Amino acid sequence: MTNLDVEWAKDWMRRSSALLTERRMELIDLDRAIGDGDHGENMARGFTFVVQRIDENPPEDVPGVFKLVAQTLMSKVGGAAGPLYGTAFMRAAKAAEGDLDAASVADICAAALEGIVARGKATTGEKTMVDAWTPAITAARAAAEAGQSPAEALRAAADAAAKGAEETIPMQATKGRASYLGERSIGHQDPGATSTSYLLGAAADAAEAAS
Amino acid sequence: MSIAFVIVSHSAKLAQGVVELAQQMAKDIEFRAAGGTDDGGIGTSFDAIYSAVEELTEAGHQVVLLTDLGSADMTVEAVLEVVDGDVVRFCPGPLVEGAVAAAVTAQVGGDLDAVAEAAKARDIFA
Repeated sequence: MTNLDVEWAKDWMRRSSALLTERRMELIDLDRAIGDGDHGENMARGFTFVVQRIDENPPEDVPGVFKLVAQTLMSKVGGAAGPLYGTAFMRAAKAAEGDLDAASVADICAAALEGIVARGKATTGEKTMVDAWTPAITAARAAAEAGQSPAEALRAAADAAAKGAEETIPMQATKGRASYLGERSIGHQDPGATSTSYLLGAAADAAEAAS
Repeated sequence: MSIAFVIVSHSAKLAQGVVELAQQMAKDIEFRAAGGTDDGGIGTSFDAIYSAVEELTEAGHQVVLLTDLGSADMTVEAVLEVVDGDVVRFCPGPLVEGAVAAAVTAQVGGDLDAVAEAAKARDIFA
């Protein structure tokens, strides 16, 4: 079983940047429906900077990549996604000690969610990225306990996050600017939960390519 | 130790406008506007807020941060994790009314607690 190393982490960021750039309009449309419409632009721009910085100054280990991502998103992403994903990657950097096995995949996802909750003060069922991260952690943990590989744990997490994102459609938003819409927020998929599923999907793609 | 303000908004113009408005009522108080993203777009910038706070604390001020919307709060809270929490305080409240009320309170010599209370602008919305 291949543990996930710094090459995986860098590849993850490159794939995230490509995917978020490709899905930019989709995220913009989701965010226009219930928010300020900047999520697609902010995520695409933020991860473009991330890749640029990785190329200029390649980090030496997995925590180094996560820290670079955190600092870049915090300073370059203007909307809520900057501090939320920035804090998530900062906590993940602290939780990661080196290369990742399947159990550490679950651990860094849990640390990321703790950061998001500390920053955004949201809980499940409020139509936020928490609704994607929470099932992702449960799935990654189950995969690790079943003796699966880190790549399999990430794929399980990504699939659970995508399902969690879909399940935000009938929810009414009670956090963030979407909450101003009240009942009119029902019927739309949350953009933050969606971008979470894309990020975890890119992580799984990179892990499968490496194993 | 005097109190200074960092006005944080998603919009550079809004931050600057609030500074002008509050400064008019508080002539001796230092203000910094930290509005918009680094490239002039709508949003908040960790770097802009952090450098405004650092500049004011290094000059010996206690620093009060006021914000406009939820994601500005989150960026400010991220900044608070890396600065000296004893002299820097985030004071939630309605930005325009809170900034003016808090600035006037600082101008007449109110301490951090009094300024934070004024920033809530409770009297105005009671």
